[in-house]
Amino acid sequence: MTSGPKLSWRQLAARVSQSRWLSPLLLVLLWEACVRIGWVPRSTLEAPSAVLQTMWRLIASGELPHSLWVSFQRMGAGLLIGSALGIAFGLAAGLSRRSQVLLDPPLQMLRTLPTLALLPLFIVWFGIGETPKIALIAFGTMFPIYLNLYNGILGVDVRLLDMARSFGLNQRQLIVHVVLPGALPSLLVGLRYALSVSVLVLVVAEQINATAGIGYLVNRARDFMRTDVIVVCLIVYAALGLAVDGLVRWIERRALAWRPQWIKTS
Amino acid sequence: MNQTDATVDLRDFVRSFGELTVLQGVSLRIERGEFVALLGRSGSGKTTLLRTLAGLDDAPGQQVRVPTARAVVFQDARLLPWKNVLSNVLLCMTGADGQRRATRALEEVGLSQRRLAWPATLSGGEAQRVALARALVREPQLLLLDEPFAALDALTRARMHELVLSLWRAHRPSVLMVTHDVDEALALADRVLVLDRGRIVLERRITVDRPRDPAPLRDMRAEILASLHSQDTP
Repeated sequence: MTSGPKLSWRQLAARVSQSRWLSPLLLVLLWEACVRIGWVPRSTLEAPSAVLQTMWRLIASGELPHSLWVSFQRMGAGLLIGSALGIAFGLAAGLSRRSQVLLDPPLQMLRTLPTLALLPLFIVWFGIGETPKIALIAFGTMFPIYLNLYNGILGVDVRLLDMARSFGLNQRQLIVHVVLPGALPSLLVGLRYALSVSVLVLVVAEQINATAGIGYLVNRARDFMRTDVIVVCLIVYAALGLAVDGLVRWIERRALAWRPQWIKTS
Repeated sequence: MNQTDATVDLRDFVRSFGELTVLQGVSLRIERGEFVALLGRSGSGKTTLLRTLAGLDDAPGQQVRVPTARAVVFQDARLLPWKNVLSNVLLCMTGADGQRRATRALEEVGLSQRRLAWPATLSGGEAQRVALARALVREPQLLLLDEPFAALDALTRARMHELVLSLWRAHRPSVLMVTHDVDEALALADRVLVLDRGRIVLERRITVDRPRDPAPLRDMRAEILASLHSQDTP
């Protein structure tokens, strides 16, 4: 009789000790304890409970959703322009030998520039409004898309191209039915890189004279030494990164349903 | 034989890549509805010959007559992995009721129940049958088979031989099959050619009815094998 619950208690303990959530949870508890005891001053780092309260307050007041929306628009606009350019250049260079000779060398040179190092120049060119922020995100996201699409097109299986030619497909049909679907997996890898780049560039670009957005929240919190607000913004940035990654996975699952790994899981 | 009756007519065909002459003066005629097997070791030029007939390499200024209605089945099935089986068979086919004809072709190779499957889920034999359906749905006058059964296990290969013969009887295309396998050539073909260093060195016609008993073909088999082996000591 007594062995039953005892065993399940043991099983529970075993399961808890093996859980991957255990150590992060302990860390958060430790953090909370350190702040409460007073080992860590609140001006250095607020307790997780206070961070949660602040987050709730910021959400309820509408301040956080609004800032998030502003930041999201910046990111979306930059990403849209960047991927449009990346796709256009990638298609041109991948499909035409002449465009490749024209486009690839300068793009390969430009891509070695660290995007964030261009910030001063972009401020000189575009001022301190929304334009330099969006332009910087567009610049940073263009390259992963271009490089991956271009390589994807070059990497399309020659045997499949031979097959399609032997069945008399013309150039346009070849591109639509063989080249583009074959390059799609690479393009999506590029999109994934571009999305993480866009979050990174967003964080930095938003620090320049923003009057709205997550970056503005962070800057103001810094001035008032509100570490709780800063941590909330960090969490939001992390969530944004996760969300965009999830978005690409969702697209992949739909667009690449033919791949063996998706066939197995679906 | 009437001149216009030939599906393929190749006269003294030469192909070289830089210094290397791969085909030196190959003449090949394939009659309408004839099943020809082309044997040869790797490097003998058989793939080059097949690519020429498939229209994958152009041959400026040379006499090459091949029909425009032709189809190739490669050793690897070469299905587009992002199209399901039915769409692979259809692949940019022009003309009305393609859907119905593609479904019918899949029935012929016994795969109509898998018409919506992804190629990645097919076995090697199934993929090769889809490739056959894709070739035959176009009603080709010339069917080119590039070692189509080399990657299959013995049992599947035997079944594929029967399938190819029955499809050939039903549709009557001219067939050129490139193969390594002498027994395969003897079981299927009307005529066997041996290619060596860019030249046709042996040609034998087989008149035995199918399905064939290997016994009466023993001498021919030995002769073909000897011709293939003699290439070891040039």
